[in-house]
Amino acid sequence: MPDAIVAEGLAKRFEEVDAVAGISFRVRQGELFGFLGPNGAGKSTTINLLTGLARPDAGSIRLGGIDCTQRPRAAQHLIGVVPDESNLYPELSGYENLTFCGALYGLAKRERETRARELLDAFGLAEAAARKFGGYSKGMKRRLTIAAGIIHRPEILFLDEPTTGIDVASARQLRQLIAELHRAGTTIFLTTHYIEEAERLCERIAFIVAGRIVQIDSVEHLLQPLQGWYRVRIVSANGTSGLPDGLAEAFPTLAFSCPEPGVLEAEAGEPIRVGAIVRVLEERGIEVVEARRLRPSLEEVFVRVTGIATDAMRQERERAGGGR
Amino acid sequence: MTGAVIRWGRWGRAFWSILRKDMRTYYLKPPNISWGLLFPLAWTGMFFIRSGGVDDIRSLLPGLATISILFGTTSMLAITVTFEKKGRSFERLLLAPIPLELLMLAKTSGAILFGVANACVPVILAAFLVDLSTVAWGSFATAVVLIAVVSTFLGLFVAVAVSEVFEAQTLSNFFRFPMIFLCGLFFPVGDLPLLLQPLAWLLPLTYGADALHGAVHGGNGLPIALDLGILCAYGVGLFLLSLVNIRRRWIA
Repeated sequence: MPDAIVAEGLAKRFEEVDAVAGISFRVRQGELFGFLGPNGAGKSTTINLLTGLARPDAGSIRLGGIDCTQRPRAAQHLIGVVPDESNLYPELSGYENLTFCGALYGLAKRERETRARELLDAFGLAEAAARKFGGYSKGMKRRLTIAAGIIHRPEILFLDEPTTGIDVASARQLRQLIAELHRAGTTIFLTTHYIEEAERLCERIAFIVAGRIVQIDSVEHLLQPLQGWYRVRIVSANGTSGLPDGLAEAFPTLAFSCPEPGVLEAEAGEPIRVGAIVRVLEERGIEVVEARRLRPSLEEVFVRVTGIATDAMRQERERAGGGR
Repeated sequence: MTGAVIRWGRWGRAFWSILRKDMRTYYLKPPNISWGLLFPLAWTGMFFIRSGGVDDIRSLLPGLATISILFGTTSMLAITVTFEKKGRSFERLLLAPIPLELLMLAKTSGAILFGVANACVPVILAAFLVDLSTVAWGSFATAVVLIAVVSTFLGLFVAVAVSEVFEAQTLSNFFRFPMIFLCGLFFPVGDLPLLLQPLAWLLPLTYGADALHGAVHGGNGLPIALDLGILCAYGVGLFLLSLVNIRRRWIA
């Protein structure tokens, strides 16, 4: 069975900017593959190249074994695309939008009507089926846009920032829907700048920065280098913004930091005896209210690999209006 | 053979759905129906009131039909194409597994039908005022359809060349208003200053208006078949040019 997506040396330049700079990757059949990077990293350009909305300056793309650089339209019946903005027709109802999209893929009348009803049910939109798409909430719009992307039962689904700009409950519901589609065997190519989302959903992840893939691996393997690394977080009720006197000297093997007032973090390459630190702090009159081990996260891997502070990604998220 | 039939069946469904969606979403909306009726009505009423008699109405009809088609079609393309591209819903169509040629024909068919309907307004009004039994209806209908096709593809060419709806309208006016005077709609091209006459023969509507004049009152300067042939060539040329632009600008 051929890989679902094969990209080799894919490059796209806009004026003076290398939007995508010679990237290569493979996505296996039925895999949920994450494409993670900050805004402007080249995620959407890559999706446009893969789906035929843009032509690569160099490189090749195969979708389901079909060479898309030679036959860009031939593979389009294999794919479904959910863009980063809901781009259905506001004047049409949810049901009409779905049947229209079904017709674009050549589904016969009865088949597209049945499929539209089935999807409206599955996506919790049956009651809003007759309402105009323009009157839907953001979360409903995203759900219907995903439904429209799979109306023709594509083998490969491209999801571009599916949960950006929607509320927490809708985002959670969407993640469940994505996981269900994946379980049903659909190959999913997911771009996101939400690290936790990629970690939670994806089997393999590529980090893309400034048009280049800097790391590509399974979530498990990406986290591997951090498995022998320990970090604890201690929160005090009356702590100061600085490091308490003598703490570093008392624990010379630990690296301490104060990320914010009242919070102390310690890192080491061996298990950390939290009780000893707490005792020292209390001897200095600091009242500890919480002490816990921080599990290694993909966010840390991302920061280590890309050098990009995740604060910047968070700010992007906030600007996008997204909730987790 | 069976594969080709299935493929064409799928394309046919896609074509019909796009056309039907555009008709419902744009062309059959009350504002557009009223625009499609009021604009030709206003022009026709104004010209007929100022006309000097039955012969005048006959000579005005080709120009009024042409102008109604031109403004009706070019105005709509800015919405059905530029607006959808701006709102990114056009991407959904570009992602569908149908040939670009078929997609653009589906997107423009509504405008062609709208243009033909616009042309009916002055004809119906004229039918109440003068005897139109001498009109060569076959040539007239063919010319109306071809003018609608060429005007639509002219609108498509403009709609694809710009990014904003207002730019499409502005750029369209650069073509539309000069054509009212240059294309022999209301007076013969031969009456234009000599310097402007070559320009008039470069414009497709000149041939459309000439064919209509021939069909209505025999006042054509070129054989009607030649007029229609040239209109066809313009139609094909503008359509192909628009496709090149779409590939260059939108699927680059």
